[in-house]
Amino acid sequence: MLLLVGTNTTEAHPVIGYRMKQAARRGAKLIVVDPRRIELAEEADYWLRIQPGTDIPLLNGLMNIIIKEGLHDEAFIAERTDNFEALKETVEKYPPELVSEMTGVPVDDLYAVARLYATTDKAMTFYTLGITEHICGTSNVMSIANLAMLTGHLGRPHTGVNPIRGQNNVQGACDMGALPNVFSGYQRVTDPAINEKFEKAWGVPLSDQLGLMIPDMFDKANEGKLKSMYILGENPVLTDPNSNHIRSGLANLEFLVVHELFLTETAEYADVILPAASFAETDGTFTNTERRVQRVRKAITPLPELTTWQAIIALSNRMGYAMNYSDPGEIWDEMASYSPSMAGINYDRIDAKGIQWPCPTLEHPGTGYLHSGTFSRGKGLFQAIDHVPPGESPDEEYPFLLSTGRILYHYNVTTPYSPGIQSLWSEERAEVNPDDADRLGVHTGDMVKVASRRGEITTKIQVTDRVPPGLIWMSFHHTASPTNAITSDAVDPITKTGEYKVCGVRVEKL
Amino acid sequence: MGLIKLIIDGKEVEVSSGTTVLNAAEQAGIHIPRFCYDKELSSCGACRICVVEIEGMRNLVASCVTEAAPGMVVNTETTAVVEARKMVLELLIADHPQDCMTCEKMGDCSLATYCHRYGVKKSSFEGVQHSYPLDDNNPFIVRDMNKCILCGLCVRACNELPGKDNLHFANRGFDRKATTCGDVPYVDSDCTFCGTCVTFCPTGALTERSLHGTVRRWELEKVRTTCPFCGTGCNFDLCVHDDKVVGVMATEEAVVNGRSLCIKGKFGVDYVHNEKRLTTPLIKKDGEFVPASWDEALDLIADRFAEIKEKNGPDSFASLSSARCTNEENYLMQKFTRAVMGTNNVDHCART
Repeated sequence: MLLLVGTNTTEAHPVIGYRMKQAARRGAKLIVVDPRRIELAEEADYWLRIQPGTDIPLLNGLMNIIIKEGLHDEAFIAERTDNFEALKETVEKYPPELVSEMTGVPVDDLYAVARLYATTDKAMTFYTLGITEHICGTSNVMSIANLAMLTGHLGRPHTGVNPIRGQNNVQGACDMGALPNVFSGYQRVTDPAINEKFEKAWGVPLSDQLGLMIPDMFDKANEGKLKSMYILGENPVLTDPNSNHIRSGLANLEFLVVHELFLTETAEYADVILPAASFAETDGTFTNTERRVQRVRKAITPLPELTTWQAIIALSNRMGYAMNYSDPGEIWDEMASYSPSMAGINYDRIDAKGIQWPCPTLEHPGTGYLHSGTFSRGKGLFQAIDHVPPGESPDEEYPFLLSTGRILYHYNVTTPYSPGIQSLWSEERAEVNPDDADRLGVHTGDMVKVASRRGEITTKIQVTDRVPPGLIWMSFHHTASPTNAITSDAVDPITKTGEYKVCGVRVEKL
Repeated sequence: MGLIKLIIDGKEVEVSSGTTVLNAAEQAGIHIPRFCYDKELSSCGACRICVVEIEGMRNLVASCVTEAAPGMVVNTETTAVVEARKMVLELLIADHPQDCMTCEKMGDCSLATYCHRYGVKKSSFEGVQHSYPLDDNNPFIVRDMNKCILCGLCVRACNELPGKDNLHFANRGFDRKATTCGDVPYVDSDCTFCGTCVTFCPTGALTERSLHGTVRRWELEKVRTTCPFCGTGCNFDLCVHDDKVVGVMATEEAVVNGRSLCIKGKFGVDYVHNEKRLTTPLIKKDGEFVPASWDEALDLIADRFAEIKEKNGPDSFASLSSARCTNEENYLMQKFTRAVMGTNNVDHCART
C-alpha cells in the first residue's frame, strides 16, 4: 500500500511516479492526499482532497480512528516507542466529524483510509514539499511519523516514511555538510570532539558556532551585517520566497560572487561571476533520494575551462589555504575518511552501480532501508501535535489561496535553458477552477494579475478542475511570471522553510 | 519453483519452471530473434520471428509465449524455422522503405540485423506501400510510421512503464497503425515526451530528433552518468560526438530506472550547450559585466573576501552551496567556508 501526502510524484519525480502507478495497477492500494486532482489521484483507491494546510488535523483524525478502533500496533508501540499516552490525548481532540469539517474530507473516507492503512501489513508513506513547505512543516513530518509508528509501518522492507528529495543532489549536499550545523556525515559543528577531529584533519582552527540558515543570511544582508557572499549554483531570486527581500539583501552586500551556468537573476547582483561547468563536464557523484551514491562522469571538455571543483581549489589556494586534489575521487576519499556513515564507499565500488549509505566499511553492502530494530535516538518519540493554521490565509482583500509546485516539463530554473523543453512549454500556466474563471470572466490562455501583500505578477491561466474553487496554483520556473515575488515569507520556525504552499492572493482579469 | 530440463539445439538446459522457450534458449546462450518481445513488457506473440520447432508439435511455435516443459526438444534454426523467419522478414520489408543508407537507426535496427542474419536482400512480394506523412512537428521525436513494423513495443512500453496510455493500435489489417488517440501527432496528443517508445522501437520508426544528422550510431561515444534534474537518480548514457552532448539514451543497466526516463532526463539536457552558457569569468565594472581571465577574477575574489573578513570578521561571510552540484563540489564549498573563511555560514536549498 502507498500513502502519498503532498507529493505530485508523476511530475516532480516522474520515474518514481511511474513505479507507483505500476504498483497501483498491479493491485497495491493507493491513497493520495492532495488538494489538486493530480495524475496519481486518477489511479488512487482514495483521493483525499484536503484543504491546503490541514495535514495535521487529517493525520490526527486518522490516528483518532485507528486508536478508537484498536487498530494500532500495540507491540510495536510498547517495544519501540515512547510517549504514546501524550499522542493519544492529543488525537482524541480530533474526532472524524471535526476533522472532516476542517479538512474537507468526507467522514466515510477518513474511516476507510484509517482502517486500510492500519490493517495493511506493509504500507509506505511518501511525502515531498506539499508537507514541508508549510509554517508547520516540521510538525507535519512528525505527524506522518506518528502515524507510521502507531501502526508499525517502519523499519521493515516496503514500509516507512519516505521523503522524496527534490533536486538531483539535495541529499548529497546535506550529506557533504553544506549546512550550517554539521560537517559531512551529519557530524555536529557544536560537538567539541567532532570539531577537533576536523581541525586536525584540515589543519586550521574551526568555528564551533552554528552558522546562518538561508533566510537568516538574507535578513543579515538586509541589516548590513552580512557583507560578502559566495553563491554556487543557486538562484534564490527566482526560487526563494518573497524575492523582493532577497533582491534587497543581495543589493546590500559589499561583495558578491556567483558561480553559475547562466547569467541568472541572482547573478545580476554579483560583483564577480564565475562560469560553472555542467554535470556533463565534470567527474563526481550525486546521491539520490534513497541515499544511493552514484557516479557522474565527464563526457565533454568543460566549457568554462575550469570545472567547478577546480575553481574552488584555485580560489582556496590563492587565499593561502592549500587544497591539493588532482581529481574528484581524491575529494571523495578525504570526505569518506572523516565520515563514518560513508567510509565504505569509493569510486571503484560504485563504478557499475551505486551504494546506499550507511556504508561504514569496504565490506558493507550498503543499507536499503533505515530504522530496522532501532531508531537513531533509540526509541521512536511520539510527538503530540496540534493544528497550526497557515501563516496567511485568504481573506476579503486577498480571497484566493495560492499554492505552488513543480510541473513535469520543468525542473526549477535550469530547464528553461533547454531549447527543446522551452519550445514546448515556455510560460507559466496558472491553474484556475472553472467556477472561479466564470466569475472572473477569464478563459484558458488569458492573462491575469496575481497580487499578494508582497507584490504582484502577471501570468497566463489554464482553466481546469485539477484545482478546487478558491485555489490558484502556479509553478515557479519562468522568469516572466516570478511566482516567488508574491509567495509568503512565513517560515517553519525550526527549518526556516518558506510556506510556499499557502498564501492569500487577489486575481484580476487584465 | 522447480527446475526443469529440456534440450535446445542439442544442448541440455536447466531452467526454472514457467520460463519461456525463448528465455530458456537465452540462458543457454542462444539468441532467438524477436521483434515484439521484450523482457520488461508483457508478451503478445505477434511478430512470429521468434518461431522455433519443438518435437511433437505440429506447427512452429512462438518461443516468447511458449513455456518450456520437461523433456522438451527444441530446435531454433531448422530449415523450416529459417524459411518461416525469412518469410516474416520479406513480408515486413515489402512495406518498408529501403532507405537504410540514410536511415537514422542504421546500425541499431533489429529489422536490418535479422535481414542480414538470414540473407534477406529484397522481398518477393510486391504491392501497395504506406506513405504516411512524417510526424516531426515536436522538438524531440521523429515519428516515421512508414518504418513501423507493428511490433507494438511502443504501445506496451507507453502503457506498462510510464503508464501514460497514450499509444494504442488503430484500424485493422493493412491499415493497422500504432498511434495516439485520434491518430493525432504526438505534440497534439497526451504524450509527455518521456521517450520510452523511442527507447523500445526496434526500427527507425521512432528516433531522437537530436541525433538526426549528427553521426552514425556506432560512432557515438556513450558516457554513463546520473541525471542532473530531480532526486530520483536515474542513470543514462550521454551520447557524445565531437565534444558535444547530442543525445541521451536509456540503459537497462540503470539500477534505479532501467530504461525509463522522463522528458527532462531524455530530452532536457540540451541546456548544456545553450548559447547563453557563461564560459568566461565576468567582473562588474561601472555596472557592466566585463569578461575577465580566471586569474584576474580569482585574484579579485581572494583579495576582497580576505579584506572583508579582516575588517568585519569571519561571520560577515556566507556561502550558498548547491543541491545541483556534485558531492565533491559541495564538500569543497563547505570546507572552503569553514577552513578558509572561518565560519559555519554555509547552507543550500535543502529546506526551501
